[in-house]
Amino acid sequence: MPLSPKASLEGIDFRKLGLKVGLEIHQQLATRHKLFCSCPVELVEEGPEDVFPRRLRPTRSEIGEVDVAALFEWRKGRVYEYHAPRAASCLVEADEEPPHEINREALVIALAVAKALHAKPVDEVHVMRKIVIDGSNTTGFQRTAIVALGGYVTLSSGKRVGIQTICVEEDAARKIGEEGVRVKYKLDRLGIPLIEVSTAPDLETPEEAQEAAYLIGQLFRLTGRVRRGIGTIRQDLNVSIKGGAKVEIKGVQRLDLIAKVVAYEALRQYRLLQIRDELRSRGVKPEDLDNVEIVDVTDVFRGTKSRVIRRALSRGGRVLAVKLPGFHGILGVEVQPGRRFGTELADYARFWGGVGGLFHTDELPAYGITSEEVEKLYEKLGARKGWDAIVIVADEERKARKALEAVVERAKQALIGVPRETRAALEDGTTRYMRPQPGAARMYPETDIPPFEITEDVLKEAEALVPEPPEKKLEKLKSYGLSDELAQQVLRDIHLDLIEKLIEEFRGRVPATLIASTFTNILRSLRHEGVDVEAIPEHAYRELFSMIAEGRLAKDAIPDVLKFLAENPGSNVSEAIEKLGLGGVSLEEVEREVEKILDQLEGELREKGERIFGKVMGRVMAKYRGRVEGRVVAEIVKRRIRERLEKLGVGKR
Amino acid sequence: MSETYLGYSGELAKVLRELGVGVGDRVRVVKPDGSVYEGLLMPRYALSSRPIIVLKLDNGYNIGVRYEPGTRIELVEKRRVVVGGRVTVPLLEESPPPGPKPRVYIIGAGGTIASKIEYETGAVRAAMSPEEIVEAVPEIAFVADVGAGVLFNILSENMTPEHWEKIVDEVAKKIEAGYDGIVVTHGTDTMAYTAAALAFALRGLPVPVVLVGAQRSSDRPSSDAAFNLHAAVLTAARAPFAEVVVVMHGETGDTYALAHRGVKVRKMHTSRRDAFQSINALPLAKIWPSEGRIEVIDNSFRKRGEEELRVENGFERRVALVKYYPGMSSEIIDFLVDRGYRGIVLEGTGLGHVGEWLVDSIRRAVEEGVVVVMTSQCLFGRVNMNVYTTGRKLLAAGVIPGEDMLPEVAFVKLSWVLAHTSSPEEAKKLMLTNLAGEINPRHTVNLYPRWPHEG
Repeated sequence: MPLSPKASLEGIDFRKLGLKVGLEIHQQLATRHKLFCSCPVELVEEGPEDVFPRRLRPTRSEIGEVDVAALFEWRKGRVYEYHAPRAASCLVEADEEPPHEINREALVIALAVAKALHAKPVDEVHVMRKIVIDGSNTTGFQRTAIVALGGYVTLSSGKRVGIQTICVEEDAARKIGEEGVRVKYKLDRLGIPLIEVSTAPDLETPEEAQEAAYLIGQLFRLTGRVRRGIGTIRQDLNVSIKGGAKVEIKGVQRLDLIAKVVAYEALRQYRLLQIRDELRSRGVKPEDLDNVEIVDVTDVFRGTKSRVIRRALSRGGRVLAVKLPGFHGILGVEVQPGRRFGTELADYARFWGGVGGLFHTDELPAYGITSEEVEKLYEKLGARKGWDAIVIVADEERKARKALEAVVERAKQALIGVPRETRAALEDGTTRYMRPQPGAARMYPETDIPPFEITEDVLKEAEALVPEPPEKKLEKLKSYGLSDELAQQVLRDIHLDLIEKLIEEFRGRVPATLIASTFTNILRSLRHEGVDVEAIPEHAYRELFSMIAEGRLAKDAIPDVLKFLAENPGSNVSEAIEKLGLGGVSLEEVEREVEKILDQLEGELREKGERIFGKVMGRVMAKYRGRVEGRVVAEIVKRRIRERLEKLGVGKR
Repeated sequence: MSETYLGYSGELAKVLRELGVGVGDRVRVVKPDGSVYEGLLMPRYALSSRPIIVLKLDNGYNIGVRYEPGTRIELVEKRRVVVGGRVTVPLLEESPPPGPKPRVYIIGAGGTIASKIEYETGAVRAAMSPEEIVEAVPEIAFVADVGAGVLFNILSENMTPEHWEKIVDEVAKKIEAGYDGIVVTHGTDTMAYTAAALAFALRGLPVPVVLVGAQRSSDRPSSDAAFNLHAAVLTAARAPFAEVVVVMHGETGDTYALAHRGVKVRKMHTSRRDAFQSINALPLAKIWPSEGRIEVIDNSFRKRGEEELRVENGFERRVALVKYYPGMSSEIIDFLVDRGYRGIVLEGTGLGHVGEWLVDSIRRAVEEGVVVVMTSQCLFGRVNMNVYTTGRKLLAAGVIPGEDMLPEVAFVKLSWVLAHTSSPEEAKKLMLTNLAGEINPRHTVNLYPRWPHEG
């Protein structure tokens, strides 16, 4: 069967492929302070900060091993520039003070989740150091600890998905930029407590993976003690198919992307196996790639029209090329929609060589490279057209050579199957090579932090936080007067706990339906419009609903006010009302206006009595629509009419 | 008190010992409720008597399992020791260029500059052979031909004058052997005391002697050990001065190190990388290890190779450093005198004061031949006992004003002085003589740091 150049999910049966998925779901906790220090749990955009550069050295194990990726970063001369905002980081994040004892509150929340997942708490929590190589931890390791083992979550099909571990760990610093060898990180996020739930590789379809992630995420939110917003929950996936390899995919931030990422990874592994079979059927062997020569072909491109190559040459670079024997056509084969095998090679070239990219003969002539140049390439490398593929890189000679060495290494892997690697999830659901998977788990005890014994007291504290099962929560939401549909929506909403709090707080003053739909409808459509609703702080909602309760704001104005708040961080509802021209109407003013209109209509009032209400309302609302709640105006108008009629002696017949 | 076993105590220690299990052995723990835990037995580091077994699970994590009545522990498998050749990937791809380089000797006197982690058990082992040091910090081979050896390996808080004397002898031996500079690795807590001791005992120093340590242990990727060692070796190999210095991080970032004169330096922070600061003096130089550059700050130093080494080793043990506090009893002074102490360094208040009720005891001490030196708790600034009555009374009682010497430096100096003279008069003269740069007669305005006072 010939290998089709396009990758498509059509006709793929994931169960037949032997798909196995395990999830690692990380959720930031809303604790009073960070996991190992007294800093507040918040991200800051402004205010004073201290900046300092650091380097991280690979550590060596007893038997002399060094983590290859760590070594590689260090050799490149990687410098990490840390930005330490004073409002949300201290010497602990700067790695200038030993960590404090573990945050009890975080452990309690994790134990509550453990209980809801039927997991068994450990008797004593031991914090470990897990070597992390990318500078996102100032220490060079992430502090992490198992809180509970085992347990399960039940899918709607009734299938039980095993839970392996429940951990608490510190979040990493957030990357804010990169310039050459310098990577910039901000330390506000470092040390925010995370709960990590890892499932067994029990998930067999993309949909199962997505549902399990949804259920576990919902459980987190039901504790009411987790942070909300983009980046507060992150999913890592471990995906494999039969004959493939366990590939780690990092940083899926959107829940609705999980099924797609899983499906595309299964597809990628399936396509890589097809590529392997095709190469084998051509008789290509791994040894064929053992002694391929990296050749300087700069001469071929002396007068080239390719801008990329010309730029590299003008900076003193060279063009190097390598022949991949028997690979003709393979580099153009898609492994995921829009990602060809050549793209996979390019990822390796970028990571290991630090080059911008590569060209290969399956896509040439193009990009300003002519067919004559391609001809000369084949000639110079002694390659056979229609049989061999050639990869070229134009850059500093040392970098280009490293890049091509990595390309050859990756091509060799293609004859074996799917390499074990760590990949990063992209917005469209495809993934890109990030780095090799770390070798044996580099984990050793964090001796600066004493172990924490889980006593009866701690378990009792956790008991109080165990989230209600979703069915129960749904009933409770309905008891506030929400329709089944709206209650379902609230249950799925990331603001679940806030909505509930607000409903309780404004009970009898603002209808529950209005509060719920503000989040489930208004916020959602604002988000669709591209408004950054995450920027709206919790207290703004409280202010909004008290204004509505007091009749100082009409509910029609909610979307405009929220939009204003999102677009003007740091502003408040009163400011929004003023700037949007919604406010400025005091109840006194309304009263005066009603009196004025009643003066004008005195004759009519005598004649028609209370039936004049509609006319008065119409005039007042024409003036104040959107600035004051109709309900409030109606009350005033009714009262004033009654008073006048009583005075005139025509009120009661 | 029952004996402990692998850090475990009580019943649990007994059970484990009887089972004959060691660290790294695979064990199975079955609890009365039927739950089963399997993993490698870890030693108990926490000084806790709670009956909890620490296991390393297959995923690399440690957990604690409570040993309660009815719990069963089984040995599954003894630890498998990996045998076979070490595969060592060099950290740097390039090798140092051939040709003669300055010779630097590294003396291990505590502090782990290089270490290796046994990931299986979490044990950290110090590495101190020249090969291991160069393997861990290959940059130093570009700067110098390095020799190294461990003199002893103790925690810096356990350092005593005996250890100072051993280090002095070892440094002298290596200088006589022709090394161009000496590096001493040392725990940071008492590093400044040792630096002062070397500065007084090594007279006529012809090469730099550099003390170095780490504020973050060397088993972690963010350790400052390699950076500091690189800077120290660079200083030992190429610095123009022949002084005892402490070389440590100059600021929190990995940018430059500072070479502080050993008699003017103090650990001023419990944990920061730049904990060491010069007090009442500027550092001698800024060291940029990654650029291989030494930038001299203070030119008033003894130059390399100008003098010949004279070792005057020995420190009197009957010297005390006493910090005054409000309400301090004169019994403390009396006690020291009665016990035959020969010297007392007082860390007084402000310009050099103690409660006036101590004056009689101090006078008696001096009369009995005890040398009493006054320093200040302020650290910054100079003692001046002429300004207030109590100061004048103390002077009259025979107290020696310690100029701007740090209390610790005055203590080390007096210990050294009293080991080399029995005359209180001679001792007084020496205490007031600037022997190794410990007295700075000129304090310019910039020597006092500006503390932060804006948000």
